[in-house]
Amino acid sequence: MKWLLVAIIAVCNTLGDVLNTAGMKRQGEVEDLSLGSLARMVKRIFRNTLVLAGFAALAVSFFALLSLLSITTVSFAVPATAVSYLLETLLAKYILGEDVRWRRWAAATLVACGVVLLSF
Amino acid sequence: MQTSSTEPAVGKNSESRSGIRNTRILVLLVIATNVLGNVSLSHGMQQVGRIISASPLDYLRAFANPWTLLGICVLLVWMLSDLALLSRADLSFVLPVTASAYVLVAIGGHFLLHDHISWERWLGIVLITGGVILAEETPARTTKGPPEHLL
Repeated sequence: MKWLLVAIIAVCNTLGDVLNTAGMKRQGEVEDLSLGSLARMVKRIFRNTLVLAGFAALAVSFFALLSLLSITTVSFAVPATAVSYLLETLLAKYILGEDVRWRRWAAATLVACGVVLLSF
Repeated sequence: MQTSSTEPAVGKNSESRSGIRNTRILVLLVIATNVLGNVSLSHGMQQVGRIISASPLDYLRAFANPWTLLGICVLLVWMLSDLALLSRADLSFVLPVTASAYVLVAIGGHFLLHDHISWERWLGIVLITGGVILAEETPARTTKGPPEHLL
């Protein structure tokens, strides 16, 4: 049960971030950082199916995390976070078409290992 | 969709000088709101005490705590600035760069709350910092427009 929840957290977290990125790229760049353009961004998000689906996936991940925390300690959630970094980089390359070379792979790997060590 | 190294494909706005500055500002805002929001939320929840309840009303009571409320408001700003950043930069850039929030929370806890940092945690801090520096050296955006096949 614990590992099933860990898997749900990792997969839904990854899906959520990838969908949000795809949705925000479709919506177009937030060009300036004025309150007006941020308000326009928020307004458009409500009609952005990719971002709404991303929110839904992140919500599932959040509630899976809550149930995991209710049956075990927070250190059990750490592998899910670490795996998400690598999974998301993989999907960023093959689904989002980002140019992921050795620097980004090394960065994701270092962060994933660092996150595990920080939980000690 | 790999791009050649001689001519990196970038978004129409993100490569200009003000575009790079705006992306940097968003990165800093995402990191700062992540740290402040989580610290404030966890401080508030510790004051509220443990909630073991199936009733949503007990969770609603937690919102009455000013630190909890502040944490939630700051995390809302975090979410919006993260989305704004993702509209301008690659996910594979944003993820490692914003992981510096972990380092700030650990270092902040050490100096402000005198948390003990074991050698494993120091090593973790060093590794994450290395990851942040490596990702910072890559261009923030390497794609042109949205991923076509997802539309």
